Parts: sequence; structure tokens; C-alpha cells
Amino acid sequence: MDASPPPPKAISIAILAMGGEGGGVLADWLIDMAERAGSHVQATSVPGVAQRTGATIYYVEIFPGIAVVAGKLPVLALMPMPGDVDVVIASELMEAGRAVQRGLVTPARTTLIASTHRVYSMTERTAMADGRVDSAKLIDGARAAAKHLLAADFAEIAEKSGSVISAALFGALFACGLLPFPRSDFEGAIRRSGLGVDASLRAFARAYDVASAGQETAAAANDQPPVPPPASLRAAIATFPSASRATIEAGCSRLVDFQDVAYAQAYLDRLEPFRTTGDVRLLTEVARHLALWMSYEDIARVADLKIRRSRFSRVAEEVRAGNDQILRIKEFLHPRLSEIADALPAGIGRWLLRSASAGAVVRRFTAKGRVVETTSIGGFLLLYAAAGLRRIRRRSLRFAVEQQRIEAWLGEIHGAAGRNDALALAIAECQQLVKGYGDTHARGLANYETVMATLPRLQGRPDAAERLSKLRQAALADDSGERLKAATLELVP
Amino acid sequence: MIPADLSEGIPVAERSFKKEAEKLRLGDGAEFHGEGILAVTKALLQSGVAYVAGYQGAPISHLMDVLTDSADILRELGVHFEHSASEATAAATLAASINYPLRGAVTFKSTVGTNVASDALANLASGGVTGGALIIVGEDYGEGSSIMQERSHAFAMKSQIWLLDPRPNLPSIVAAVESGFELSEASRTPVMLELRIRACHVHGRFTARDNKRPSFTLKQAMENPVRDTSRIVLPPASYLHEREKIEKRWPAAVEFIKSRGLNEFFSDGKTDIGIILQGGMYNTVARALELLGLADAFGDSRIPLYVLNVTYPLIDDEIRRFCAGKRAVLMVEEGQPDFIEQALHAILRKADLQTRVHGKDVLPKAGEYTGDAVLRGLRRFLEQVAPSLLPVALPAGAAEPGQPKAPAIAAAEAEVHPRPPSFCTGCPERPIFTAMKLVERELGPHHVSCDIGCHLFSILPPFNLGASTMGYGLGWAGAAALNAKDSTRRTISVMGDGGFWHNGLASGVGNAVFNQTDNVLIIVDNNYTAATGGQDIMSSSGGNPLRKTGNSIEKAVRGVGVTWVKTITNTYGIAAMRDVLKEALTTPVKGPKVVIAQSECMLNKQRRVRPLMHRLAKEGKRVVRERFGVDHDTCTGDHSCIRLSGCPSLTVKSNPDPLRKDPVATVLDSCVGCGVCGEVAHAAVLCPSFYRADIVTNPTRWERLVAGVRRRVIGFLQDRIERRLGAASA
Repeated sequence: MDASPPPPKAISIAILAMGGEGGGVLADWLIDMAERAGSHVQATSVPGVAQRTGATIYYVEIFPGIAVVAGKLPVLALMPMPGDVDVVIASELMEAGRAVQRGLVTPARTTLIASTHRVYSMTERTAMADGRVDSAKLIDGARAAAKHLLAADFAEIAEKSGSVISAALFGALFACGLLPFPRSDFEGAIRRSGLGVDASLRAFARAYDVASAGQETAAAANDQPPVPPPASLRAAIATFPSASRATIEAGCSRLVDFQDVAYAQAYLDRLEPFRTTGDVRLLTEVARHLALWMSYEDIARVADLKIRRSRFSRVAEEVRAGNDQILRIKEFLHPRLSEIADALPAGIGRWLLRSASAGAVVRRFTAKGRVVETTSIGGFLLLYAAAGLRRIRRRSLRFAVEQQRIEAWLGEIHGAAGRNDALALAIAECQQLVKGYGDTHARGLANYETVMATLPRLQGRPDAAERLSKLRQAALADDSGERLKAATLELVP
Repeated sequence: MIPADLSEGIPVAERSFKKEAEKLRLGDGAEFHGEGILAVTKALLQSGVAYVAGYQGAPISHLMDVLTDSADILRELGVHFEHSASEATAAATLAASINYPLRGAVTFKSTVGTNVASDALANLASGGVTGGALIIVGEDYGEGSSIMQERSHAFAMKSQIWLLDPRPNLPSIVAAVESGFELSEASRTPVMLELRIRACHVHGRFTARDNKRPSFTLKQAMENPVRDTSRIVLPPASYLHEREKIEKRWPAAVEFIKSRGLNEFFSDGKTDIGIILQGGMYNTVARALELLGLADAFGDSRIPLYVLNVTYPLIDDEIRRFCAGKRAVLMVEEGQPDFIEQALHAILRKADLQTRVHGKDVLPKAGEYTGDAVLRGLRRFLEQVAPSLLPVALPAGAAEPGQPKAPAIAAAEAEVHPRPPSFCTGCPERPIFTAMKLVERELGPHHVSCDIGCHLFSILPPFNLGASTMGYGLGWAGAAALNAKDSTRRTISVMGDGGFWHNGLASGVGNAVFNQTDNVLIIVDNNYTAATGGQDIMSSSGGNPLRKTGNSIEKAVRGVGVTWVKTITNTYGIAAMRDVLKEALTTPVKGPKVVIAQSECMLNKQRRVRPLMHRLAKEGKRVVRERFGVDHDTCTGDHSCIRLSGCPSLTVKSNPDPLRKDPVATVLDSCVGCGVCGEVAHAAVLCPSFYRADIVTNPTRWERLVAGVRRRVIGFLQDRIERRLGAASA
């Protein structure tokens, strides 16, 4: 073995950031800090223009001044080389995955600093149901690939400090201890950049604390605390198996909120047969989907949800409106003839849909979408009145239609339950297809009917549940119905 | 949308390069710190350049931007600077160096810009130059490139323009500019300086020299015109030019390159193998050698290197000298065809040298020479010719790709999606394509011919619109053949304002008029060339003291004979946009139809408006911020809204509802309130979940009063709602 010290080498840092995330700012801080400390620095990037392209890699090499041999300049690389990167900073979790995919993160050498928050890709966002990838897999892969992993929700840290993620990541970079510069040098670079200095220093400090504690934090969940169901129903709910109770409680609360206690009681009555037939998983899923179906979205429901005080405060918080500011909320509504007919008593609703002249009049008023300001008295009263349609909901056209559909659906589930619980579950899950408003709702319902129509031909097959689930997934694969058509041909004999 | 009282500022792309411009003033001995392309700019001034022209585009936009903000420095030095109408214009500008001892430089993105410029470049190269003529091309090749993958090398060869490819550090790049002018003058030939993307953006330092005023001025040239028919491309001079290139200019260039030592030899004689490389590949090769333990951090290599800072012409003598006595050499030449490698074979064959030549047998035949590609290539080369030099433990990057990976890593990699480019938050081009999607729903799909510019992102999700793109300004020309008189469906072409003025007015609009098309063109006008960073063009609506802006696209279109022209001044009005497109596609009126869709680039607009709003709010003035939001309790998680928009600010989040699993749509705080979400919800009859929040800072006294009354009335009714809900859930 050679006993001499290892030859001097550049410290290499790759920053993967998306447009607008301040990857360039981070690189500039690094350059400024290192140059002031007398190091040789080279930085390159293949910049995406602002937000228009995906992730950009900023690559910085720092050659400590002390290591320079007189009369010689270090030759620094222009791009990260797999196996030769000391620190990879990923401003987002999927970008951390990309750094791993590109081989930049190697177990012998690389410290990976990754923010665990997600900026969803186009594919994830445009999916018709849940197209999001598994964050846990990305974190596990990052841990397996790196020598050290510093993972935390640096975006949240930055936001809480009123700063941007680059400042938090700079703090984590200091925490990883691989750069031969003291804290004052890091902070000096932030100070010299001159913009939002105090907030950036706060984010830097918090991120440093979190990262040096070595505690991985996952992105925070945003679940709401459950609303307890009314006392009068609690005894009935208690008769259901405990594993299903949280869902049933949530279902009851939802239906009380949607209509009244009697409607929630009807919900429990509908669940009753599943208390004894089929397994608890089936019961829970039926309870979940049934509550959703029974609380279908109609004009009254939408108006009701829009005018609540809790909603006003939620909007204020979401848009960050302060107490000294005035907040005006404007709704984009586009009710159509069919939705108006839906809200009317069944007889009148049917007449309206049939009558050419009455339909034409309503259509003229609904040809264009309307903007209603809920924070104005007139707008509020309009929605308040619409929410009042709840009182005649039980007599409405839509109510009648939905109850029929629900009964038919429950009938199918019950028919399979006990005999083939997996199939019963797959049928219950088809409720997922019916969602949205207007054309979206019509398309979802048509898909639901297409899928349910295959049941008679699937019954009795051992893999009926699997095939039905595949059909449901195909219906959610595109909004043109092509995949469902193909899947039906393939899966239904 | 930006409140009216704030949108009346001058709609210019508010980006300042004053700080960078100051660096251009550095004098003898001062240390310059900055980007490669800025170092080139400084080197031009140090070389006594008399005029600079160019056409913006990554990665050389910065050169143009900084010179734009350096008007005073240029004036002091007597340097003329133009934003050319196209790369062809820029190249033709170099004609000033044919007859006069004027140093001139032009710049553009390559190879696309070089394609456009090649007519002028060929004429220039044929006649030859008197003053140094430098063509600075940003080689947009490899990762991050937005264009077809080709080499500028071919242009240099076909026109016999000398090609510089310096080592990618600032001193070498600056030296290349300075010696490039001298080489051009010594050989009466234009010289092309090729800089890869990373070299343009590399941050480094060099020791500056004083700027030089041009020794001969444009004024002198104009007042003392010179004419020499032997320099004009017309027979018989054109035949003489070809011979002169071979007999005089080429030998002169070879002599200059040799005597000045423009190419570099490192560690020659150390072993009996060697590496020949393009200058631009030097740092990557040096790092690969370092990782294999064959060089130190300062580039001191155990394998001899011959660095071609001039990649065309090749210096046969130098190659023969380097190869003589070597068993084998590795040619590191990025891109294809492998012009240099082929030439190397020919030179050695003619000299009857038996040195084995490796190159694209061990290195990738196509694609960027990334660090790991070079490292692997070098490893394969050494395995064949000198395995004893290889270290026992190979670095990670030297392994062949496709090795099995740990399951956790493979699982993580499977979760990674590509992130193709898309429109920015609030982009005014998005609603144009949303409207096209809505028209498509009604009328069925149409053939869509695309152009170059941000609007080309329409071909990607979520819009998936567009069949071809033929080049800048060629959107309508790309649909020229699809002009059957009996078709029941028209074609749609798209062109940006940049492409329109670049050549689209003649090649697209004029052509359509002349050939009696019946099809539709959409011209996307966002106030300046947004895609390249907001440079002004003919139709820019903001004033520019140095240029004449405000020239109407509509007038130009009508001027060449289009009569059916509709201008939409607010692209965010999706219903209006949809209706005008539908009309253009269905009107019985025959002849070319042009829709001009105008709204300012939001990215650049926000750079101007955000700080302004911030300032006004601080000063106590009334400011309204608008943004959109989604009510998660009415959103059912279908995401149709995202499929019709794709806005980065419109995304999904976990459903807070314990009963629902599908994520709901949500609007991030980066929303600029452009209005598209509301328009989409209306025009496509989506869902009632969208709201717009107007947040009024420093409201007027009257507003406070009204708000107070509203709060009381609404609060009273909200109390009632809460009582009902409370009673029901008790």
C-alpha cells in the first residue's frame, strides 16, 4: 500500500432542481463562498429556461486553494461523472430518484441531500384517478444508493421560514460537513446575495438543525380530523365490527351533513346485510363507497359546501389572505339544464327534460358559465337559496334516479358477497368510476354501466374479480374510452 | 389576471444585465469572473471588433443580452451592434469584412442558426475576407438540447471555414477569440468558434486586458467605399475562389496554426500510445484519466495528449509527428459522422504509419460524450492496447451499463417519470391550445403544423397537438402541400411572433397567399421573443430606444394579401379563442385565414409586475392579487381540469376526505391568477370546484365599509347553517 496522502482532488457537487426552485441561486452561493475562501471553482449547467423544462443539473467543482500546486491550475470537469460525485442535492423527491437513475449517487462516495416533498409530474397529475408514484420506494432507493442520505421536507422548512428551498438546501449542505468552510462563510454568501436575507438565514438554520439531527422526515399528511356521528346513531354503529367502524362513522357524519339523520339511518340499514354476509374488508369498502354514492354532488350540495364559514376560513388560509386584507371569493359555476331538472321534484324535472320549449328557455340561461361572488350579499343569497333545495331533495328527480342505481349496485354486491367476496369487493369499487359533474359525470356513469354490464358474463369465472378490476382500471386509463373498449374485448368472453 | 392599473407599464422583458455589462469594462490585469459566453463578449472587445451581430437562442442569448445592456460601452469603443432579423442576416452582416479591414463577429445557435445562415456563409467563405470574421456558434448538442442532433463541423468543411473548438476554460476560450481573428486575417477566411452548451455557461476566471477601439472604423469604410470584383461570387471569380481556398488560404491557415501553436501537446513521449481529442473534450478526458489513476488533478497525464483546439483544418504534420512511434491512438471526437477519425485514417495511410486508430469502436457512435461515456471508452481502449495501465479497482463510472442493481434502487428508478417541458404558470399560449382541444372535441382532429418556440410544447402532454415542425418560421410552410381543394377539413398551422419576423411572413404567409391556400394560421404574439429570454423584435409593443418596435403583425399580414385576419387581444378568454378558431375552420370564405393571438409572456411579465406590486403594497397603495383555488370537498378527483391545462400551479394533493382515495386538484400559491382555470371550467363545463380569490391589500375606506356590512349579513346566515349542522350531528 502507498502510505502517502491521497492526491488532491476537487469536491464535486451536483444540484438537481427544477425551474424556479433556485438551483442557480444555490450554485451562485456556492461559487461566491468558495471563491472568497480562495478556492478554485468551476460551475456549469444546462439550464432549462425558467419553468419550461424539467430538472436542470447544476454542477459545481471546488478545488481548495490550499491544495493548488504553484504554477498549476486544476482541470475541473464540466459534468458529473458517475462514481465521482461527493454531494448530490435534489430539490424534490422524484429528482432524487432521477439522480439515482442517472448513476450520480454511488454508495462508496455520495452524500445525497433530498427534499422529500413532491412536485408531481404531468403523468401523475393528469391521471383520471390516483397516478401518484410511491414516495416510500423513492426514499428506500435513495437510501440504498447513497453513502449517506439526508432526507427531509426542505420545502416545508423553507416555507415556514418565509424563504425558498435553496436556502434550506444550503443549510443541509453545511450540515453534511463535506465542505471545508465554516458556517460564517455559508451565511456570508447568503448575506452578500442581498435578497430576503433574514428569511434565508432562518431557513438555512432550521434545515441545518433538521439535517444534523439525522432524522428523516416524510412530507406531512393533510388529513382532516373526523367529525363524530350524531349520538342517536352511535348505538347502531357499535353493532358493526370494530375494523369497519371508523369508515361507517365517517359515512354517517357525511350523510347527516349531506341531508339529515334519517338519511344516515337509511345508510346503516343498507349496510346491515353486509354486517353478517361477507368479510369485514368488504363491509368497510361498501360503507365507504355507499357513503360517497349517497352523498352525490348536486346543486344543493355544492352550494351548501360553498357558503359555510369553515370554507371561507379555509380559502383565506389557502390564499394567504391576512386580516388587514379584503378577500373576495368568486365561484365559477356552469349549471346546465340536466342539473337543474335533477334538482326539481321528479315529475317537474322529467317534464322539463321532455318539453322542448321549457328546455329552450332554461338552456338560454345556462348557455354560459356564471361567476358568482359568494362574499357579496347577492351571491351568497343565491347560493344560500340553492343550498335550501336540500329540503326538497328527497322528492327530486336525481334522488330517485340515484337511489335506484344504488339499490341495483348493492344488489349485485350482495349477490356475490359470501360466495365470492373478492368479486363483491370489485363490484363495490366500481363506484369509483361515477364522479364529477356534467360531461365528466356522464362519461363516468357510461363507463360504470359498460363495466357492470359485463357482470353476467364474468359471473362464475374464478378470476371474475380480477377481470372486473382490470376493466375498472381500463376505464380510468384514458378519457376517450379506448382502453376500456380494448379491455372489454380482451377480458370479457 | 394582473389588475389593469398595473398592466399599463411598458411591456418589455424586464431583465437587466447591467452588472454583467460592467465586467466588460475590466482593464489590463484585472481578474474577470463569470460565464464562458460573457468571456467571449469581453474577448471581442479586447480584439478591437468593429461590429457584432447575431440572432438570440440558447446558449448564446447571453452574449446578445449583455451587449444590449452595454450600449454606452459600445458607443465609447465605436462598436456597432445589431439584433439581426435572422441568422442569415447576421451572417450577411460579415460582408463588411470582405472589402475593409474591419473585424466583425456574429453569433447564433447551431446547427439550426447555421442552417439558416449557410447561404450567406458560403458566399462569404467563397470570396474570402480582409478583416477578421468570427462566427461564434453555440453548439446545442447533447443533454438539454432542443434541436436536431447535428454537427457544425459539416458546415465548416463544406464551405472551408476554419473551426475552433478550444479547451473549455476561460483563458483558452478568450485566447481562441483573439487568435481566431488573427487566423481569419492571415488566411483571408472566416473562422467559426464552436462552444458547447456547458462551455457557454461555465463559470470561471481569466485575466482581462484593455478593450481596444477598432483600428479601422465603419465610418471610414462608408466614406471610402472599396470594390473588388474578384471577391464577388460570380464566374469567373467563383472558380478562382475555389482554387484560392486550396492553394493559398488553406496553406496559410495551416502555417498560422502551426507557428502559433494553436493545437496543444501534453505529456508527449511518455508512452507509446496517445489520445487525440477535440479541445472541447479536454476536461472530460482529463477527468476520466484522473479517475483511472492516469493523471493528476492538474491534468498531468501519463498518456500523451494531442488537443485539437482547431478541429478544421487538421494539421497533417502535427498528426504524423504525434502518431509516429505510437502503437495506437484514441480519437475522442463527439458527434457524427466521424469526420476527424476518417481524416486521421487517411493521413496515416498516406504517410504509411501503422499506428492503430481507435475511436468510435470503443466510444459511442452517436450522442453526447458524457463523463461516463468517455470513461468507459477510455477503459475499453486501454483494455485493448495497454491493459497494464488500468488500475485494479475500476471507478464506478467505468462499469458497463446494464449491470443488475439492488432491488430497492431498481424499484425507485421505476417510479421516476420524465419531465418533458411544458408551458409556464399562467402562460398565455396554454389557453390557445386548450381552445384547440375544445374545438377538436366538436369538429374532430385536424392536421396541426407546428413551428419553433414555446408553443411547440403543444405536441407534449397534456395537449398532444401537432404533427410536425419544419424549422423556425416554417410552421405554415410545413402545411403547404396539404392544400387539396376538395378537402372538407382545413389544416391548422402555428407560428410565433419570433418565427413570423424571422422568415414566416414570406415563407409562410406570402406563400399561402400566392398559392391560394384555404387553411388556417395561428400567430402567437407574446410581445417579444419570449422563448429566448424576452428579446425585442419588430412587433414588440414596448418602446426600445435602440430599435424601432411596434410594427404590427396584422398590418404585415394584410400587406402581403391576407384578407381574413382576426386578432384576439386576450388569449385567456378561452370561449372567444375557441369561437374564432371554429369560425376560421368552418367559414365558407375561401383563402388564407390568419388568427393573431396576443397576450404577453407571463414569465417575463411577472418579473416586471411582481416587484411592482410588492412596492406599491409597501407604499400603502391599493393592490389586488388574484389567484385561483379548488374546493377539495366538491372536487371529485377526475383531473379533467389538469388535462385541459397542464399548468405547473395546478396540481394534485392527497384527499383530506377520509372516504375518498383519489387525490384532489389543488392550486399552488405560485398561481398568478391568469384566469384559465375559470375559463376552462366554464367553457368545458367541468365542475364547480374552482374559485378565484381577489385579495385586496390596502383597501379603500369604502371597500372596508362594504366588507363590514357583508360580513355581518353573511355571518348571520352562516350562524344559522352552523346551528342546523350542530343540531343534526348532536
